[in-house]
Amino acid sequence: MERIPILKMGPFLLVTIQVDMHDRLAMALQDDLTGRVVRDCAKGVLIDISSLEVVDSFIGRMLGNIAAMTRTLGAETVVVGMRPAVAITIVELGLSLESVRTALTVDKGMALLASLLETSAGVDGHEHHPK
Amino acid sequence: MNIIRSETLGLHNSEDIVRVRQAVRAWMIEMKFGLVDQTKMVTAASELARNTVDYGGGGSARLEALENNERRGLKIVFEDHGPGISDLALALKDGYTTGRGLGLGLGGSRRLVNEFDIWSVPGEGTRVTIVRWI
Amino acid sequence: MNSTGSAGIMDILARSGRDLVDDWVKEQLSALSRRKDLLSESDMRRESAEFMALLAAAVGGGNLTDIAAAEWASTRDFLSGISRSRATKGFTPTETATFVFSLKQPLFARIQAKVGTDAAALASELWSATVLLDTLGLFTFETFVKSREAIIGRQQEEMLELTTPVVKLWDGILALPLIGTLDSSRTQVVMESLLQSIVDTGSEIAIIDITGVPAVDTLVAQHLLKTVAAARLMGAQCIISGIRPQIAQTMVHLGVAFGDVVTKATLGDALSYAFRQAGISVSST
Repeated sequence: MERIPILKMGPFLLVTIQVDMHDRLAMALQDDLTGRVVRDCAKGVLIDISSLEVVDSFIGRMLGNIAAMTRTLGAETVVVGMRPAVAITIVELGLSLESVRTALTVDKGMALLASLLETSAGVDGHEHHPK
Repeated sequence: MNIIRSETLGLHNSEDIVRVRQAVRAWMIEMKFGLVDQTKMVTAASELARNTVDYGGGGSARLEALENNERRGLKIVFEDHGPGISDLALALKDGYTTGRGLGLGLGGSRRLVNEFDIWSVPGEGTRVTIVRWI
Repeated sequence: MNSTGSAGIMDILARSGRDLVDDWVKEQLSALSRRKDLLSESDMRRESAEFMALLAAAVGGGNLTDIAAAEWASTRDFLSGISRSRATKGFTPTETATFVFSLKQPLFARIQAKVGTDAAALASELWSATVLLDTLGLFTFETFVKSREAIIGRQQEEMLELTTPVVKLWDGILALPLIGTLDSSRTQVVMESLLQSIVDTGSEIAIIDITGVPAVDTLVAQHLLKTVAAARLMGAQCIISGIRPQIAQTMVHLGVAFGDVVTKATLGDALSYAFRQAGISVSST
């Protein structure tokens, strides 16, 4: 089974989801990401969903899970590029992604992660002020 | 109401769910639905297809393109012979779940379509019918 | 039902050739004499000849009454095409149906010549011809109306887009001033276009100003809130401004909770807030 590639960009990890994921692929991504956050001591995760035409409750839950898990591992997650039609549908579906930070573009997402990193305290970078 | 085209897809694993999503999207593009309408219907189909696979023990999705003098639409029937749902009212409420999921499938899907119909008998199975009109 | 009432017609159409088309075109030209600017004679002749061929083929099957049947499909499609093109060109529905109805006179003349003095047979053939052409003419009328409705629908959408412009107030700050009464479908269209503008311009702040909206009902309020939620998911923030005391009261009465959506009384307040959010300060020199 193919896996979605995870790129390291400085202290952050970047994931670009470009395929219509089946459930097992999504679960694999969740596992891979949490593994990489630990392995690379990543401080942030950027998930680019600008190619996703559909986000259903399964994918939504995956995003929420990733955000929660990375947070406990000391990294913030930002989801970027959600399409208007997808956003409208998620709201109508009633899917609450309140715990997930979002940004318009990869650039803005990176800037947000950088600013979140600045407000984090801690010698080893793993402590942070909960927001 | 005339059925001008129909197709039945099997739903037994997570790849089938993706296949149904793609088929619904392709049909709706050809029928010239708007983008938001497409996204809502494909998402609803994804939710219901997943229910069929995960809770219904597998089943099928039948797509039908409908047309009469006044309007055109897409109808999808999800059917399984699984355990059925004992308390439909509860299942249709937002946030209801029996399994690992958040159970948004039914209540949320209903809001994404124009017509929603569900038949379910414990021990016999479940049939959910959704329609979106252009 | 292939009875004596149609044999004559079938025969006439099968053998008619150019002279029936010629007579028919003459009828059309005199009926549409004022519309030469919209349709040239050669185009009219071509369409008539094509229709005649289709009609002869369909009638040859013996079914002159049920035009919804399969053998009439090509004829129906052709008539739908004629209706649509005439509707687009600006013909009236009557002028378009005249395409079919004007065939009556030349056809009846030939039926009379063929059947001769047999009154019963003549009545029967004329009746069959009338019923058939009436049905086809009405079909043309109906498809014309549908085409026109589709054109009007498209024009309405275009007008809708023109009357709800999204304005770029500053780099990264959009404004959507809503004017007039909002109905559910218009609000939806407008909100979708705002969200698309957010993506197109990369603006992180959008101000929805409802100063010019006299009344907001629950449905519209819900659309506003859904838009704010959708914008947040995309990574932008919506501020709602221009909420008058009456509207605020209605919202409370209706139980609509604006929760943690930022709302401001005036567009000016909203802009100040937006500047602060964007880290922009304005000073006078």
